[in-house]
Amino acid sequence: MAGSRPEARYRDGARAIAPIGLVALAFGVTFGVLAREAGMEALAALTMSATTFAGSAQFAAASILGAGGGVASAVVAAALLNARYAPISLSVASEFRGGALRRLLESQLIVDESWAISRRSDGRYDRRLLVGAGLVLYVSWVGGTALGAAGGEALGDPETLGLDAAFPALFLALLVPLVRSGRTRAAAAAGAAIALALMPLAPAGVPIVAASGACLLGWSRA
Amino acid sequence: MSTAWIVVLAVGAATVVLKAVGPVLVGGRNLPRPLTGAVGLLAPALLAALVVTQAAGGGDRELVADERLLGLAAGAVALLLRAPLLVVVVTAAAATAAARALG
Repeated sequence: MAGSRPEARYRDGARAIAPIGLVALAFGVTFGVLAREAGMEALAALTMSATTFAGSAQFAAASILGAGGGVASAVVAAALLNARYAPISLSVASEFRGGALRRLLESQLIVDESWAISRRSDGRYDRRLLVGAGLVLYVSWVGGTALGAAGGEALGDPETLGLDAAFPALFLALLVPLVRSGRTRAAAAAGAAIALALMPLAPAGVPIVAASGACLLGWSRA
Repeated sequence: MSTAWIVVLAVGAATVVLKAVGPVLVGGRNLPRPLTGAVGLLAPALLAALVVTQAAGGGDRELVADERLLGLAAGAVALLLRAPLLVVVVTAAAATAAARALG
């Protein structure tokens, strides 16, 4: 892969994520609709999708606002849900090149799906795959939000279509090729066990962050 | 400024920082030696946790079993049959949608 043209790598990322882009579009519409119902102006909903660009945190913040919750609880819930992006952004950090502004802008295209799809079999990450996939998801998410906030419900209810089950299936499909060694299997089992154990006990977001601690199994003593 | 706008700007700023912390601070350089081993295992650990939370998550402190689990099982069967990613995802969604329509 190392010898292939850069444009091809961006396009490969975009192509690989395309079906998930449609799912992101449908959920973007739903977020736009829910945000309006929660009392957010269309421009606020759009600004949130453009700057936060993370589904679960945005749904949590909007639903807390809609239920009459305070600023602090909405912000804390969303920040907890997005806390996993600190270890995720660290894992891809060494692949980013160029000036600080370019690295800052490109890093905003990191979401679970673009990150997972950019992992190569050698355990490193391909920045071009991540950026190509991230751009498709970004346009879908922000475009869907605009449609939803403008009053459209053309795509129907994502849950009726079963689209919420697309995400666990996607993550499972991306996980399976990674667990070929004893170490990776142990990390996956520990991550799943930590998340399962904490889900009934901790606020949403905390189980995922705690599960990322399972990667410390790979901390090298050398 | 309205409550909604304060939340939008605060959550946006926090997320921009969380996503940028690695690429902006470390960008281009290699991570310290002991960390690289840990970072290599982040994907299996986090993806497994995402499978669990996306399939059985609800709100805060909630573990729910609903039609998503059927969809995930159908997706897993498609994976065993070596179906491509698109087919796996569509199978999971279709099975979940069918279960909800019948349920």
